[in-house]
Amino acid sequence: MFKASIYVNYKPSVLDPKAEAIKTALKRMDYDNVESVLFGKYFELVLAAKDEQAASAQVDHICDALLANVNMETYRFELTEISEVKA
Amino acid sequence: MKAAVISFPGSNCDQDLAWAFQEIAGIDTDIVSASETTLAGYDIVGVPGGFSYGDYLRSGAIASFSPIMPALKAHAENGGLVIGICNGFQILCEAGLLPGALQWNKSLSFICAPEELAVVNTDTPFSNAYEPEQTITLPIAHGEGNYYADPDTLAKLEANQQVVFRYRDNPNGSLNDIAGLTNAAGNVLGMMPHPERAVEALLGGTDGLGVFESLKQEVLANAAR
Repeated sequence: MFKASIYVNYKPSVLDPKAEAIKTALKRMDYDNVESVLFGKYFELVLAAKDEQAASAQVDHICDALLANVNMETYRFELTEISEVKA
Repeated sequence: MKAAVISFPGSNCDQDLAWAFQEIAGIDTDIVSASETTLAGYDIVGVPGGFSYGDYLRSGAIASFSPIMPALKAHAENGGLVIGICNGFQILCEAGLLPGALQWNKSLSFICAPEELAVVNTDTPFSNAYEPEQTITLPIAHGEGNYYADPDTLAKLEANQQVVFRYRDNPNGSLNDIAGLTNAAGNVLGMMPHPERAVEALLGGTDGLGVFESLKQEVLANAAR
């Protein structure tokens, strides 16, 4: 079994109004030293796969097809081998 | 001549769009559930507004994997007419039938207001009843209508004259003031403003009629060919 920790974020070229709003709030809280805010999504998937390469290929496809909109978002993920999860 | 309006869980403009097709344009119209798998026999398919699947993950993302989607893609690939309005536009982008994506409005506010649009391309099945550069007013009602495409895609769709409607006074941050555009082949349109909410004077305006008249003309012209 593998655990995939997946991070989805806007591409740097896309202005994210939500992240900008958070930055404005931080400024209001007097955190003038905060240079930038990235507001993304985090997913965890547990999947069965014969090896890390197979798991990686599958997670890649899942991200491309559903978890990220590659028109405006990028993703990265880490795979960890874990013992069986009891249902 | 037949039209289908796809109803997803969370669609809330399906009845309005079907009304515009059926009662206003006089086109025989069925509401088809997103759990169906065929769209055979329909000339026009409408993808309505709303909050399909609660807008979970991203607007339109879950809907783009509905059972009806392979049939919708086949209909579009065979040259069939498809119009996606508001959430329908978001679904068509997520499904890859239209380029780009709809991002959160720059203001982060849900905007419900009449908007002036310029009809910048009248040589499409969706806009041939309008005058070139005609200004029309249609309601918008969205939180995520901020059109984004990467610079290459944007340049390509501009060169190919795929933009049909532009905001006169950009309300949401859309690149190039884009309010509605077609695919490269020109048979699939997505637009954030709601033409189906502007087809009766009693309800505030009739500037949306042109979209339905255009579609009707196109199907009649195709049948005569």
